[in-house]
Amino acid sequence: MLDNYEKEPLNEATVRKSDANDKAGRPLVELRHVDKHFGKLHVLKDINLSVNQGEVLVVVGPSGSGKSTMCRTINRLETIDSGEILINGQRLPQEGKGLAMLRAEVGMVFQQFNLFANKSIIENVMLAPVKVRHMDKKKAYDLAMDLLARVGVESQANKMPSQLSGGQQQRVAIARALAMQPKVMLFDEPTSALDPEMVNEVLEVMTRLAHEGMTMICVTHEMGFARRVANSVVFMADGKILEQGTPDEFFDHPKTDRAKDFLSKILTH
Amino acid sequence: MSEFLQLMGEYDVLGAFLVNIELTAWSALFSLLLGVLLLMMRISPVSSLRGLSRVYVEFFKNMPLTIIMVFMVLGAFAQLKLTFSDTFAKNFFWLAVTGLSLYTAAFVCESLRSGINTVPLGQAEASRALGLSFMQSASQIILPQAFRGSVAPLGNTFIALLKNSTVAAAASVATETSSLMSTMIEYHANSILLIFAIFAFGYVILIIPIGILTTMLSNKLAVRR
Repeated sequence: MLDNYEKEPLNEATVRKSDANDKAGRPLVELRHVDKHFGKLHVLKDINLSVNQGEVLVVVGPSGSGKSTMCRTINRLETIDSGEILINGQRLPQEGKGLAMLRAEVGMVFQQFNLFANKSIIENVMLAPVKVRHMDKKKAYDLAMDLLARVGVESQANKMPSQLSGGQQQRVAIARALAMQPKVMLFDEPTSALDPEMVNEVLEVMTRLAHEGMTMICVTHEMGFARRVANSVVFMADGKILEQGTPDEFFDHPKTDRAKDFLSKILTH
Repeated sequence: MSEFLQLMGEYDVLGAFLVNIELTAWSALFSLLLGVLLLMMRISPVSSLRGLSRVYVEFFKNMPLTIIMVFMVLGAFAQLKLTFSDTFAKNFFWLAVTGLSLYTAAFVCESLRSGINTVPLGQAEASRALGLSFMQSASQIILPQAFRGSVAPLGNTFIALLKNSTVAAAASVATETSSLMSTMIEYHANSILLIFAIFAFGYVILIIPIGILTTMLSNKLAVRR
């Protein structure tokens, strides 16, 4: 299904650019000793993770392993019990305006798309730039149309979300997040709710974004995408990070039994 | 028939209905404003505001309207000197509107809250993730969808309000329908069934269109997902 991807390494220019931008030598996103419970359930156990600018990190693992929860803690859609999360070297604010501003820097794409049902496609994309960044409407419109064209749904601009297919909705959701010019994009199982024939169109947009140098954290079950696009793969199970490495290391030479077991189950069918 | 014409000629029945419609219209407006405020408090991130709204709604939901109306006259007006106008009728009219609004706001808040429950959590998460503030996400995303999802319960609340407006008699609004009905029965005891029928049909004629409108709007405005 994923054969039509060009297998190309993250291009040199992007890597150099990210090194130059990373002034303090600090990772863009950093999780230190993050712990979280849902009641008695210990969902995140001492999570340590860092993502550099321009890096594409793919998080894989069985359901219930805490990977979505981890992804959601990064813009504080889930709170954490202990540890700290740093974005661009800054601690994640607890509440209020600081948190809102930080969230604006972190784009998020959800499994269920979550396009605003009472707004048209173009309004969905324009809303945050106008309301949060106080961009003037004309500029926001041009930006939104440009982004919709980049994800290939500009002809649907005046429709309502419910009139679009799942794949189209998810591409609009990506455009909506990009409209805030985020420093990092979080993808929480972006293709899991899609019909199989629509998975590719979304993965293509994500691949293009990765090649343009966007810093991305993707929770996904698309192993083909992970292998082709990721710089680094993280394997989670039972709330812990069990392995982290390059895609080749992880997929060809998994170290833990848990990872071997997981890979044997998904790669043999 | 002549009996009917005689009654209608002798008493200003239409005028009385108009008083109830006015009571209802003003109370609908104020209870809607207060109800939205209560709802915003109820869903706000500030726990003391949530608590306050909850206490308000529970209090007024469980309080008989007659007690509120009598309190407006004997408590708010006579004791606490809450006065809207020097004109007797005007003063009691607005006291009644205040009582009805305070009472109905609790039900408006509950109706809207049922509408909030039709808005998936993901809508709020998406707006937060984009950096929208609580007020922005409430006014742009959550409330518009909640309104559209609560047209039917809101319609029912306002139908109840129109009927409840007859309790304004307890707040000394002497010109409204139930007061007029009592007066008419007092002087025309032999036409008692006809008098009941006049007022009963009057309300049916007023309320049926509201019901039809509600159903139409509810279908038309429903949020497609």
